[in-house]
Amino acid sequence: MSPTHPEIDSPAPADAGRTVLDARDVSRALTRISHEILERNRGSRDLVLLGIPTRGVHLAHRIAAKISEVEGIEVPVGSLDVTMYRDDLRMRPARALLPTEIPPGGIDDKTVVLVDDVLYSGRTIRAALDAMNDIGRPRAVRLAVLVDRGHRDLPIRADFVGKNLPTSTAESVAVRLTEHDGEDSVTIR
Amino acid sequence: MTVPMKSRHLLSAADLTRDDAELILATAAELRSLADRPIKKLPALRGRTIVNLFFEDSTRTRISFEAAAKRLSADVINFSAKGSSLSKGESLKDTALTLEAMGADAVVVRHWASGAPHNLANAGWSRSSVINAGDGTHEHPTQALLDAFTMTRHLAPEKGQSLDGRRVAIVGDVLHSRVARSNALLLHTLGAEVTLVAPPTLLPYGVETWNAQTSYDLDSVLPKTDVVMMLRVQRERMNASYFPSVREYSRRYGLDARRMATLQDHAIVMHPGPMIRGMEITADVADSQRSVIVEQVTNGVAVRMAVLYLLLGGSESAVATNAQDESEQQ
Amino acid sequence: MTDYLIKGASILGGAPADIGIKDGRIVAASDVSGPETVDATGLIALPGLVDLHTHLREPGREDAETVETGTRAAAMGGFTAVHAMANTDPVADTAGVVEQVWRLGREAGHCDVFPVGAVTVGLAGERLAELGAMADSAARVRVFSDDGKCVSDPVLMRRALEYVKAFDGVIAQHAQEPRLTEEAQMNEGELSGRLGLRGWPAVAEEAIIARDVLLAAHVGSRLHVCHVSTAGSVEILRWAKAMAEKQSGWSVTAEACPHHLLLTDELAATYDPIYKVNPPLRTAADVAAVRAGLADGTIDIVATDHAPHPHEDKDCEWQAAAFGMLGLETALSIVQHTMVDPGLVDWAGVAERMSYLPARIGRLDDHGRPIAEGEPANIVLYDPAASRMIEASELSSLSRNTPYAGMELPGRVVATFLRGRPTVLDGKLT
Repeated sequence: MSPTHPEIDSPAPADAGRTVLDARDVSRALTRISHEILERNRGSRDLVLLGIPTRGVHLAHRIAAKISEVEGIEVPVGSLDVTMYRDDLRMRPARALLPTEIPPGGIDDKTVVLVDDVLYSGRTIRAALDAMNDIGRPRAVRLAVLVDRGHRDLPIRADFVGKNLPTSTAESVAVRLTEHDGEDSVTIR
Repeated sequence: MTVPMKSRHLLSAADLTRDDAELILATAAELRSLADRPIKKLPALRGRTIVNLFFEDSTRTRISFEAAAKRLSADVINFSAKGSSLSKGESLKDTALTLEAMGADAVVVRHWASGAPHNLANAGWSRSSVINAGDGTHEHPTQALLDAFTMTRHLAPEKGQSLDGRRVAIVGDVLHSRVARSNALLLHTLGAEVTLVAPPTLLPYGVETWNAQTSYDLDSVLPKTDVVMMLRVQRERMNASYFPSVREYSRRYGLDARRMATLQDHAIVMHPGPMIRGMEITADVADSQRSVIVEQVTNGVAVRMAVLYLLLGGSESAVATNAQDESEQQ
Repeated sequence: MTDYLIKGASILGGAPADIGIKDGRIVAASDVSGPETVDATGLIALPGLVDLHTHLREPGREDAETVETGTRAAAMGGFTAVHAMANTDPVADTAGVVEQVWRLGREAGHCDVFPVGAVTVGLAGERLAELGAMADSAARVRVFSDDGKCVSDPVLMRRALEYVKAFDGVIAQHAQEPRLTEEAQMNEGELSGRLGLRGWPAVAEEAIIARDVLLAAHVGSRLHVCHVSTAGSVEILRWAKAMAEKQSGWSVTAEACPHHLLLTDELAATYDPIYKVNPPLRTAADVAAVRAGLADGTIDIVATDHAPHPHEDKDCEWQAAAFGMLGLETALSIVQHTMVDPGLVDWAGVAERMSYLPARIGRLDDHGRPIAEGEPANIVLYDPAASRMIEASELSSLSRNTPYAGMELPGRVVATFLRGRPTVLDGKLT
């Protein structure tokens, strides 16, 4: 009975809801995000991609691969687990930690791009900012998400968005990625 | 504040299921990397108060728990109680009542009386979580956890690998060793095979019912084992006739260079400390490449951080669901 | 003195009958005048119980119990006589101390108190106490014991067994080889190794019993074995009694405590020192053997070893806690639960084991007599159909260390008569 993160870790069921992004849509979105990151940063210098586990990490690796195709340069990729910095930590049983791997060059004075699959209340990103504070001091922090579904609780916004998806709070958004769930799709149910 | 039915305490290695133990070890693996960061702190236990209640001297374990608690941003209060089985000093109960009044969230307790943490947890003197840091000759669960963690790092370094089928020899004064008891329980839970090696006088009555093999012959056990854990043996035991002399004990059960050479290449040597060089272990063995004794200490902080986080970091404990709060029964 | 008429009591479980009490004696129902009537419908009448092993703690530990409070507890338990063990402070090793305890008992008036004299001075196990002076004192001591400690020196035990022959005394041995049980905490078994509590091996009890039996046979004396707790001890006693039957001039008797008829060492896993006792709680197999031994007479009697302790000596960690449990007020219920209800012993058998035989061993003239005309009116009326929840705070003892707190036990003492005067009526002290 080990506590995990059911909403993150379990493969999302395939059959529920309507598909708003299929595999090709996801690929195009990630390509566009990769170009936008490079454009905004004026190249790949001092760029570090940190994915938020679990699916954010896969997305970060895909973005790094695309950047490498375009620029011919390997951008450092890592992961940043935010479990201990969540503001709802005390409200549920303690959760298992997910991996935090900071690339060898660190994050001091770098432009860190946080990568996550869905942006919703903004609390996860706020926790990520707190976590990064204890690791180093980036020159700048940007946020790339595959889906922005609105309903922010905090003044947080994404710099790079795959798809804006207005939803009601009664709906839920499921992101499936090949590395984790066997296929690429985004569905609403 | 209602007390949840899951246990808030870690009193015995037997309280942990295999899932619990693996969760603690996985969490410890993540937390170990904290030591490499500039800010070695996580906010998970901010605002919580943890009391180190030590009725027995142990600088090493106390500092380990203190570091673990502070790295999780908890407030730490150290309470060293004087008193022994001969001079009672301030009673366990009175101390517990004082701590309750101070609002301790958790008490890490080391005591000379077996079962003292059980009394603290169940007698109704306080509502804190109780973590057993060593009680008499009974148990030392976090030691077993850090020992298992150390073993996985050397014998199963890829993530997710287990200690299934690994052979662990625990050598020495098993009778009086809480480390041996906790390790025997935990290693069995994790799928390892334990062999207890000692002269017959230092094996507990009824040891045949434990989930472990026994042997009186160290030389026959060493070549087949993946881990050798040497326990401390006190000279004073000689005066109670557990063995005739130091010389005979170290000749028959001491780990020296000759014996170390009979180990398989990958086998490691462990010791919970403090060592008595020349008694159960020679200097050259203790300082050799195979010895992971110093690393055990480092791993201790990460493991204790994992335990504190999982017990206290959320609204209720995430582990030790086997154990029942006895105050909740009947 | 008021006459009493007990109506409809089932004497030793037999057909209901009326019992008259006049001037301290049992008389025919028709011989009483203007009696107070006690309706004993559904109640069993037993001879007043006699405890051969109680700790009244006075002098010296009046924070745990006094003769006053201890004898109140005894009366509530159906006892009309108790033998008060000598491990008081000062130790009862002189005529002076035993007479003091005896007088305190008479003054309190709830139960007759027969002090036990120490075997050795100060219980130190070095030299004999003045056993003769204690025997000749007003307390008329016949039972001698260092209980709490073992008379482990074989020469001293031999001398003691020989010496008491002069006044028909009996040595009651607390069988515990001290070297094998240094700092022992609980029964040595599978559990003690796991719990990290030092073990008290059965052999430490059995070896002393075997030795003492052979000594008693050799010198031709009376031996009584306190609190038998192991299957091995029962076996040794069987062998001993068979031997005594073939020879003559010596005898061995033995007692079992209620807690050894019911509780096992598994309870130590709670680390709650309410279960810490000497000799310790043993395994289920031992409990079964002790019950069988009590049923077939190998163990002659039940004795409580009532051992009060103040709160702070039990509300602590196991190793720091005192050994001992209360027993007077729950003894009869435990015997009913473990021996009568399962059919091992009937009520006549209870009378033997809790009244007749203990009185004989203690050489008491006026206790342990049958319920018959002319006998002293020491009677207990007991309701076997009742059941009660044991509440530590409701006990008459000064201390609260009963292991049965929160348990539902059968039976209830309704009335106790001491020489014709009620000490308990309607379940309450008078």
